[in-house]
Amino acid sequence: MTKTIRIGNGQGFWGDSIDAPIRLLRGGPIDYITMDYLAEVTMSIMQRQKLKNAERGYAHDFVAFIDKVLPELVERNVKVIANAGGVNPEACQRALMKVAEKHGIEGLKVAIVTGDDILHRLEEFRGKGEALANMDTGEGLFDAEREILSANVYMPTHGIVEALDQGAQIVVTGRSTDPGLVLAPLIHEFGWDWQDWDKLALGTVAGHILECGAQCTGGNFTNWREVPGMDDIGYPIVEASDNGEFVVTKHERQGGLVTVDTVSEQLLYEMGDPQNYITPDCVADFSTIQLEDLGDDRVRVFGVKGKPSTDFLKVSISYLNGYKAVGQLTVSGPEAYDKAVKCAEILWKRLEHAGYTYHEPMTEYLGVGVCHEGIVENLAAPEVILRVGVKDPDRAKVDRFGKEIAPLVTSGPPGVTGFAGGRPKAAEIVAYWPALLRKELIDVHVKVEEV
Amino acid sequence: MKRVKLAEIAHARSGDKGDGSNVGLIAYSDRGFELIAREVTVERVKAHFGKICLGEVDRYEIPNLRALNFILHDSLGGGGTESLKTDAQGKTHGMGLLEMEIEVPENFVR
Repeated sequence: MTKTIRIGNGQGFWGDSIDAPIRLLRGGPIDYITMDYLAEVTMSIMQRQKLKNAERGYAHDFVAFIDKVLPELVERNVKVIANAGGVNPEACQRALMKVAEKHGIEGLKVAIVTGDDILHRLEEFRGKGEALANMDTGEGLFDAEREILSANVYMPTHGIVEALDQGAQIVVTGRSTDPGLVLAPLIHEFGWDWQDWDKLALGTVAGHILECGAQCTGGNFTNWREVPGMDDIGYPIVEASDNGEFVVTKHERQGGLVTVDTVSEQLLYEMGDPQNYITPDCVADFSTIQLEDLGDDRVRVFGVKGKPSTDFLKVSISYLNGYKAVGQLTVSGPEAYDKAVKCAEILWKRLEHAGYTYHEPMTEYLGVGVCHEGIVENLAAPEVILRVGVKDPDRAKVDRFGKEIAPLVTSGPPGVTGFAGGRPKAAEIVAYWPALLRKELIDVHVKVEEV
Repeated sequence: MKRVKLAEIAHARSGDKGDGSNVGLIAYSDRGFELIAREVTVERVKAHFGKICLGEVDRYEIPNLRALNFILHDSLGGGGTESLKTDAQGKTHGMGLLEMEIEVPENFVR
């Protein structure tokens, strides 16, 4: 009999629905649940948490989820793969073991995959002559003094596969690629060769379709009126046998929509060069993907071709890059837009009178067409939100800006309101620095613990 | 010939790519793909997003998905956490592209 496995993604990003993975588990048959917790700057937040408390620095939501569903997971033998480890996978593993003990579960294996955190190795790489040049600007990481907050490598998928091969039911990683969370169980189940580029690309495409959760099941879909039951939207599932193709679907009784159109939109999401979708595991060619509507919220994906992986791994570095503040006021009509323009003019002049100027200050008029500026505009809007912001290396300068917004309510044009929540305060800008590192400099570590 | 919005011919999704955004434009039919492939050029997209995209525009064709992919460089005010813009991730640029009008044959239906 042909083996078919069902992999669902219950978390598309840090801050996604906390109920989604539970609904994915309970809504129908499922073999694997993947969960993505890491945005590009999440690691910096977690590094700070770890500095304050050595047992923190990972996604607490994930441990709470496991606590809620562990007996069910064990009973149905559903495996969970999550990049919830943040910068402290060891602490996450300890927390998970405690949860397992609390539920009186025996024989459960929890694995962590590490080696991605290179914050402590940056000096070593500098000594070896690695530039860690910014992929967007070409500037070398060490060319200037920078307050670096975190540095993590997008890891190859080998570690997760090894953890599954060792019998782990829960696998926690630090920085892994999003598609890798889905690719790993396919390799584990079907024993794919690490040189079988077409299969690796197929699994990578499956991961790309799933990685943003409901974005392939009707969420963020152009034809939103066609999507039934969005309040109960089903999260995506890939159904795969080892036959060079897979089906994208969702649980039958949940809302949402899976069609060639919804899947195509997600395939193009955050796409660069479609012929060269580069991951640590392979290079997938999206110009080879074929889609077929099977009806009943099922889309067949086939024909995917891949190419060998590159010799480099992508590194995600975050560093402190000054401060920012944004504030807003609501300006009512008549002549809302003209009054908002006047308010902005007054605000920036008053700051100038006080001796404060800023590089590229931001002024937006929400309601007249900010998102589609120059494309669709309506300067006759009955009310307008004036949104202003600044950034600067000097925290005090940014705070000073925040004090200039409220006075406009009483000392500017009439009918201005909506100043709530106090003066906007300077917030740190955690900036993102993408770079490449030679693959051979990084080792993958897998540690399996059993209760 | 008649002028129609791209929304009549195609659907779209966008997201961020560093300090730029990517906009995927997907035709509803093979005939629609021929039209967008011919009409929706780099120059037209750059002009359409003139106030938003301050850099170059890259364009890729993906016929198997009946799609075009555009990269709008320098369109997010610094991108990610550095941007002060409401749409710091270019999430709305796809819907913005669908507002573009192109010439299609009088008898065209999507």
